[in-house]
Formats: sequence, structure tokens, C-alpha cells
Amino acid sequence: MEESRSGSLRQAAAAAFPLTIPVFTGFLVLGMAYGVLMQTNGYGAFWSTLMSAVAFCGSMQFAAITLLTSAFDPVAALLLSIMVNARHLFYGISMLGKYKGLGRKRFFLIFGLCDETFSIASTAQPPEGVDRGSFYFFVTLFDYLYWVGGTLLGGLLGSVIPFSTEGLDFALTALFVVLFLGQLENAGSRIYGLIGTVCSLAVLLLVGADNMVIPSMIVILIVLLIGRKRI
Amino acid sequence: MTLTASQTLITVLAVALGCMITRFAPFVIFPDSKEPPEVVTWLGKVLPAAMMGLLVVYSLKGVSLVSPPHGIPEFLAILVIVLLHRWKHNTLLSIAAGTAVYMLLVQTVF
Repeated sequence: MEESRSGSLRQAAAAAFPLTIPVFTGFLVLGMAYGVLMQTNGYGAFWSTLMSAVAFCGSMQFAAITLLTSAFDPVAALLLSIMVNARHLFYGISMLGKYKGLGRKRFFLIFGLCDETFSIASTAQPPEGVDRGSFYFFVTLFDYLYWVGGTLLGGLLGSVIPFSTEGLDFALTALFVVLFLGQLENAGSRIYGLIGTVCSLAVLLLVGADNMVIPSMIVILIVLLIGRKRI
Repeated sequence: MTLTASQTLITVLAVALGCMITRFAPFVIFPDSKEPPEVVTWLGKVLPAAMMGLLVVYSLKGVSLVSPPHGIPEFLAILVIVLLHRWKHNTLLSIAAGTAVYMLLVQTVF
């Protein structure tokens, strides 16, 4: 019994790992960059790793460096974090079905539902015979460890990598592009992928790069709901 | 450190709380035990594709078309990804090749 359980866990980990390799490269680089940046602002490996481990929200952590280097204002930090992270609301709605009935694992899956984990978990199917909950668990766990580990390395070592990693973080953009292509190839989801792209491009052009996410979400939601009534 | 240790800790927790509110809210509002409204289930099916479109745009939002290199490295790298993906249909290969092309371009050409 015990043996078959660890066997199925290993199977789930083996199925999940290859999918997370692009996140490994991207998170290691960005996580290290975050650790180094925190270091240069006077916050050593302890603080940067703590932030990565408990908040685990890439872009907001970079934004929070500003908060850590100005006057103490936790309410502003809370509100800014909700706004910057608002896109997670749509990730949760998307994963209600897939994360249904997973018991105790569910808490960690929701806690770790970042952009990259969402993009993998929402598009990948657990292979035949692999436990669904364990598969999602390992995708989430691996991505989480890459980010926290990268941060720790950056905080401890600083920028000591002997070769230039400039552009390596493009792996995350490439991951999104490839998974997006997968959505376009599927006749059922193509139109929704295009709606998402066109709406966010329009909002980006209208309001600029800094505040594009929440308006994009609202426009996407409106267009989807209008489209649904018509079909 | 600009802030004291306890101020830093509180700020970290505030950032974490804000993030976790956005992650947990849908699951709290539509708990596992109850069937969500039909429109929410429908949104759950169509939002992944739409959000993937948003993520692509979002991850490229900092690219300037008017100032050099005018988004050319991004454009070429994505072109490689699209062509390679149509040809081989191998996720990791497409990502690795696209990233390699991008790194080569930003480090040596532009």
C-alpha cells in the first residue's frame, strides 16, 4: 500500500516536471534578480526569501520594493497588492472545476496559483493513470520551489553567474506564447483566445502599460458575456 | 533597510494577504460543495484561453515599438516559436529555441 502510494506520487512528479522546465529557467533568473535587487535595497536573503515564500507573487514583489523603501504604510501595501494581483480572480474561476474535490491539497494549489502555474494547470491534462490532484500538486510545488530557491540564491550569492543571462527570462513569455498557440489550435477556444488578445491590446494602447490588467479583465468579461448571449 | 524589522514583516504580510485574497476569493465565493451558477461554470471554460491572450500581451507590455530595437528581437523570437511549433509541435523545443534566439539577439545584435 505504502509502496504503491509513493510509486504513484513519483509518477505524478515525473509527469509534472517536464512541463515546468520553462518556468525553472524563467523563475531562477527572475527570482535571483529579485533577490539581488532586494539586497541592493538593504534587504538581505532572509527578507527576500521570506517575501517569496509567503507572498509568492512575482510582479507584485518587484512593486513592493518601492513600498519597502518608502514610509511604512501597510494599508497601501494591501490595496496595491489586491490591484496588481486582481487577475488571479479569473484564474480561480477557471480552476473551480479542475481543482474540485481535491481535499487538503486544494489549499496549497490555490495558494500557489501564479501566472505560470495557472497557464500550465489550465491547459495540460494529467496523463492517463496519473492522479489528478498529485499532478497539479507537483506542478504547483515545482514552480513554487523554483521561485523561492531562485530568490534565496540571488540574495545569498548576488550576481555571480559567470555568463550573461540577459534575455533568459524570455522563457516565460515563450511559455505563454506556446500555450496560447495551443488554445488557438483548438477550434472551441480559438475565439476566446482572440478576444483576450484583442481586448488587452486595445486596453494597452488606450491606458498604457502600467495600469492595463484590471481594465483588460473588465473589457474581456463584458465582451465574453455579450458574446455568450448572442450565441 | 528603510523600515524596521517589524514594519518590514507587516508589509510582507500585507502584500501576501492582498495576493491571497485574489487567489482564494473565487474558491470561497463558489465553494466545492455547491454547484456554481451556470454563467460562472461557462466563464471557467472560456477564461483560460482569454487570459492566455492577456498574459501574452501582459508579458510584452514593456516592449517599445518607437524606440530601438523597436520590438524586433521579440517579434523574431515569437516568429521562430510559431513556425517551429507548427512544424514540430514540441512545447519545450519551441520555448528553448525561442528563448535562445531572443538571448542571441539581445546580447549580440541589438
